[in-house]
Amino acid sequence: MKYLPLVWAALWRRRPRTIFTMLSITVAFLLYALLSGVNAAFNAGVEIAGADRLVATGRYSLTQVLPFGHLQQVRSLAGVHSVAGQSWFGGYYQKESNFFPQFPTEIEPYLAMYPEIVLPADQKEAILNTRTGAIIAKTLADRFGFKVGDRIPIIAGIWPLADGSNNWEFDLVGIFDTKNPKERSLYEMMLFRHDYFDEARQFGKGTIGWMVVKVDDPAQNEVIVDQIDALFANSPNETRTQTEKAFNQSFIKQMGDIGLIMSSIIGAVFFTLLFLTGNTMMQSVRERVPELAVLKTLGYSDRAVLALVLAESLALCLLAALAGIGLAALLLPGIAAKLPGFSGLSLSPATVLGAMGLAVLLALIVGLPPALRAMRLQIVDALAAH
Amino acid sequence: MANTLNQIVAVTALNLRSIPSRLGTSMVIVIGIAGVVGVLVALLSMGAGFEATLGGTGTPARTIVLRGGSTDELGSVITREQAQVVADAPGVARDAEGKAYTLPELYLLTDVAKPGSTSPNNVVVRGTYADVSGVRPEFRIIGGRMFQPGVREVVVGAGAAAQFETLKLGGTVDVRDGPWTIVGLFETNGDVHESELWVDVEALQTASRRQAYNSITVQLENADAFQGFKDALTTDPRLVVSVQREPDYYASRSEQLHLLIRILGYTVAVIMGIGAVFGALNVMYAAVATRTVEIATLRALGFGSLPVVVSVMIEALALSFAGGCVGALGAYLFFNGHTVNTLNFQTFSQVAFDFRVTPELIKQGLSWALGMGLLGGLFPAVRAARLPIIDALRAQ
Repeated sequence: MKYLPLVWAALWRRRPRTIFTMLSITVAFLLYALLSGVNAAFNAGVEIAGADRLVATGRYSLTQVLPFGHLQQVRSLAGVHSVAGQSWFGGYYQKESNFFPQFPTEIEPYLAMYPEIVLPADQKEAILNTRTGAIIAKTLADRFGFKVGDRIPIIAGIWPLADGSNNWEFDLVGIFDTKNPKERSLYEMMLFRHDYFDEARQFGKGTIGWMVVKVDDPAQNEVIVDQIDALFANSPNETRTQTEKAFNQSFIKQMGDIGLIMSSIIGAVFFTLLFLTGNTMMQSVRERVPELAVLKTLGYSDRAVLALVLAESLALCLLAALAGIGLAALLLPGIAAKLPGFSGLSLSPATVLGAMGLAVLLALIVGLPPALRAMRLQIVDALAAH
Repeated sequence: MANTLNQIVAVTALNLRSIPSRLGTSMVIVIGIAGVVGVLVALLSMGAGFEATLGGTGTPARTIVLRGGSTDELGSVITREQAQVVADAPGVARDAEGKAYTLPELYLLTDVAKPGSTSPNNVVVRGTYADVSGVRPEFRIIGGRMFQPGVREVVVGAGAAAQFETLKLGGTVDVRDGPWTIVGLFETNGDVHESELWVDVEALQTASRRQAYNSITVQLENADAFQGFKDALTTDPRLVVSVQREPDYYASRSEQLHLLIRILGYTVAVIMGIGAVFGALNVMYAAVATRTVEIATLRALGFGSLPVVVSVMIEALALSFAGGCVGALGAYLFFNGHTVNTLNFQTFSQVAFDFRVTPELIKQGLSWALGMGLLGGLFPAVRAARLPIIDALRAQ
């Protein structure tokens, strides 16, 4: 600890150089934190999927419809706690770029299956009592300025009303949020009632898009998956049942390898950073050769000099990394509010730990060569050179 | 004036010739900027390739008719009666017997897994016609043969075949109601249809128990017939349809993903660029510092401050331009022509596309490199010019 002032003084020996290097490192760690956040947001659906929830879709595609009667058959299976039918509405508010998902849903069983969705009790009561009612995620309500009591017009992308018109209207009776703000992206949606949807639509009556199934015991997941699919095997409407986790995972995989793209970018950033910081440390030691020799003359051991240079490198990288992470923590809430679909964007402890690990690694890689050089300095040669 | 120019040339040559002795430090600028330009060009080439694949689909003389309000084929329904009304509309091209060149098609998705994975991918199944090349002359079979009308046979687009190795000639793919046989491979000049599976429309209607179609693609007499055709359909009380030129429709389906890629590309590049500029500043300040005496000597000999500023700037620009070239070349070598597939969330279906490192992107990357060089060189150049001559010389 007593060497701290010495390390500190060495670090700020050439103020502009240290500041520029630090800013470069800060920016790299800012990017690291932002990209890790985006990557985590993509994968959130896998991590927080309910262990006791299954999703049953058409066998050939999620876009096939299933007969409403399937719900009752699944509900009567032993080990099934409850079932909720859902469909994809595929409409949009005012214009296509305002897109957010809307799901006609059997509200009561659905909300019971998803305790992570928090809806005030009176608003839950209201949606159960209002046929044309709808509930929407808080993040969406904030973005579009919706308030409880508003009538929300939605233009149908798929399902016209019985008279052929595309102009659906819903009464907003509730605004929900998630228990954990990080889960917001996953439930950024509007829900309305399946019975109203089925009655009002022009075609496709008596069908649903898929079923969400809650089981009594997650240990029985595989058995129940097989039982559901066996129930409809060789029927005109075969099913494909998966755990919610597998279902969400396959969805992300469809986008391609996002993790690979993110880590490639981070790799490129840190590769360039290595040269930049390495150059700074080399220069810094090269300039201080006589001073280091003086330290050794005063009795500092070779190891102590090595440690001093390494400590300087560590201080440089860690300080800058902390600044980058801090900047990311400041910026992320603003980005989350602006970027549709990423309302759960946040800084996870894993990202912070990862950043610290990277900073230490960076410090060792760029600090070790100059530190070794400093350690091997011969006092006489070093002093004679100047 | 000529004198200033001569001075600039002399000082710049002096600077540039001394770069080899400062190679290690100078490489920081080259590598830093190569990283920024490489990442920028690689990301944007992904967006450009995606846009080119969708935007390159169709011709202006063809239109696609969807249900009014539907944003894509998947969400659209066109009944047989409506299909007949469309075929009878003015402006539709007809063959010698008066038969309209229209393709009322079925458009479904089926799950296709990559080898060694059970994770499904939404691949398009298009129910079309054995004589589809009448409307889409770009269609040609490149392996096997065309499907037979009414038979459960599949021809696979080249892009889909390349991305999903399970889609092999002679193999089967689950379309609807069990497996169908793959009898052929086709190309359509690299457009989005190459990511699709094409089957006979009637066979697909039977297997999926549907009577209606999803869309109608219409060959018009010529590109100018579009407005008349559109007006006739949109004023017809029997129809609620949207009529779009084919290239407009397909290009609009690439907008959101392309926008997302551009936002990601520019955000990453701006942040990385800031880091690279700080790196360049460091290097150029150091370069000026090590040459303090030389610069002061030149000034003492009567060289003006402008040649000194310009020479430092040129050095920074030359190094960053070299970095830009390395980055753009790297992006080109590693990514150009590389084929990937992704879920286009505007159509909810898989699209295979190539990264395209276009000359415009390279030009853009190099402009970024020069911009960063300019920022990184400016302040050190001004410092060099403002060096107090006496102090600088006395410092030795």
